[in-house]
Amino acid sequence: MFQLVLFNVTNGLIIGAFYVLMALGLSLILNLSNVINFAHGNFLALGGYIAFVLTPFIGFWGALVVSPILTAVFGFVIERLMIRRVYPRDPVYSLLLTFGLAFIIQDVCRYIWGPNGLPMTIPDVLAQPLTPDLFFITWYRVFMVAIVILAIAGLFAFLRYTRVGIRIRAGTLDLDTVAALGVNVGLLRSFNFAVGSLLAGLAGVLAAGQIGLNPNMGDDVLMPSFIAIIVGGVGSLTGTLLGGLLIGVAAALTTVVWPAASEAVIYVIMLIVLIVRPRGLMGEEGMLT
Amino acid sequence: MSATTAVPAPAIALRPWLAAAVVWALLLTVPFWLPLLGGYTALAGRVLVLGLAAMSFNLLLGFTGVMSFGHAAYFGLGAYGAGLTLKYLAASTPLAMLMGVLLGGLAGTLFGLLIVRRRGVYFAMVTVAFGQIAFYIAYSWNSLTGGYDGLRGFSRAPINLGFTTIDIAGNDIAFYYFLLVAFGIAVGLQGLLLASPFGRTLLAIRENERRARFLGIPVERHIWLSFSISCAFTALAGALYALLNNFADPMGLHYTLSGEIVIMAVMGGMRAFWGPLVGAALFAVLQDYISSMTVNWMSFVGLIFVLVVLFFPRGLLGMLQGRGSQ
Repeated sequence: MFQLVLFNVTNGLIIGAFYVLMALGLSLILNLSNVINFAHGNFLALGGYIAFVLTPFIGFWGALVVSPILTAVFGFVIERLMIRRVYPRDPVYSLLLTFGLAFIIQDVCRYIWGPNGLPMTIPDVLAQPLTPDLFFITWYRVFMVAIVILAIAGLFAFLRYTRVGIRIRAGTLDLDTVAALGVNVGLLRSFNFAVGSLLAGLAGVLAAGQIGLNPNMGDDVLMPSFIAIIVGGVGSLTGTLLGGLLIGVAAALTTVVWPAASEAVIYVIMLIVLIVRPRGLMGEEGMLT
Repeated sequence: MSATTAVPAPAIALRPWLAAAVVWALLLTVPFWLPLLGGYTALAGRVLVLGLAAMSFNLLLGFTGVMSFGHAAYFGLGAYGAGLTLKYLAASTPLAMLMGVLLGGLAGTLFGLLIVRRRGVYFAMVTVAFGQIAFYIAYSWNSLTGGYDGLRGFSRAPINLGFTTIDIAGNDIAFYYFLLVAFGIAVGLQGLLLASPFGRTLLAIRENERRARFLGIPVERHIWLSFSISCAFTALAGALYALLNNFADPMGLHYTLSGEIVIMAVMGGMRAFWGPLVGAALFAVLQDYISSMTVNWMSFVGLIFVLVVLFFPRGLLGMLQGRGSQ
């Protein structure tokens, strides 16, 4: 029984870590550019497939670094070529655009790599269980959580201490003023979009090592990421972080007592937040609403 | 939105009778000309149903200025409401339609209360997430809804008018005209609604919410009502869809369909009354054609989204109406 509980809790933590990683990327883009990236789950898949292709040449460790960067470059190009054009327009257009991109990327992945799942090889060191007793917790799971924590810490440090990061946060609050102060806001948004894509790509590599690859591997994470943002409050990255952890852990704990309801509990949390505190846990009244 | 404030609502004012006459002439004669073009009557029924869904959705997007991205939920609830009624309650088509509308309409009304103060992308995101709740319930409640496989085992019942019976179950053409009557009534009501003071108030909110508020219009209540009405009509479309296919499946609730409903409205022209119907016809025919040609139809559907957004943002009717409004 203890093992079952522990198994589900670690599972929940890992799933929660993915929610957070995805939701933070979505949230970054949403806050600065007012765009919901429906293709974010497909950026995840793309990151996984790029790692799959690169691993035979540069190994897992190399792919872990290079694949997210390539995903970020891809996101940057997409933003420059298409998404940038719809910023001045009604938000419905950016939604439809990323929606269409999601269809295209998923279908192209299916075309290139086939509709069936592909395995991803991870280093032997990581494939080992922690101890014989805890056979279900591999080092890979520990490693995933560690990388996610590192990535999140890196993101917050970047936003806090670098000039670009500070500009991104300032732009979230008042883009017009940031532009008036001489910042190239267009480039800032493209770069910010790339950072969001980077996080999705990283999530993709990590997920590929755990569950393998398939063209719609990102779909299941997209909706919980939306909910993490709603629960945490639009406009607050810390809120998104909390929201993602909250629904991840809640889903995991529910799995212990009532497995069938683990997804339902996420929706219930969202409804409660919408009723009791419509702006979200850390959301500020008036932000984007 | 600021660029559009100059000329309010050109769509309704622009030769409305001519547009209506053309649309109705085409719709009424479908069984005569469609087979000549290689189409089939079920496709025409699909266009009517999706067109009704897109026009109902457009009450919000085009005529209230609020963007819901989860309308598939109400469409699907309408479909399940109708299907479950036929399967478990009674073999009555009108009752099935009523129950579908009630289920979707009530869900929309309740949910609308929660989100009516939200705007823009946040409104869209919350509506998507809510739509997924409906999807999730239909997907998981296996014993009632049939889960992933969808709800089967029901069929539309002939309509008994007392003096005669209309065989919509066996006769495709009779069913098409049945759909057309339902569509006509729904769309007629929508037209009346938009022409009423209530409808004009919605336009005022779309054009300038702050000014409408200063004029003393209870904006939240109007948006809530508009949302509820839109959901109820969308649920009617869903109920008709269940009747058309004798089937309701969870993909009818999925946010993919929500996105398709939005693209239909935008593709046809969201500022034109008939725009969403035109968009639905284009989309349904293209999808039908493309999916028969290639397994990679998803890429092409995605490409339609991207091309419409980048190059034809005002939609077909928006372009035909000229450059007056932008």
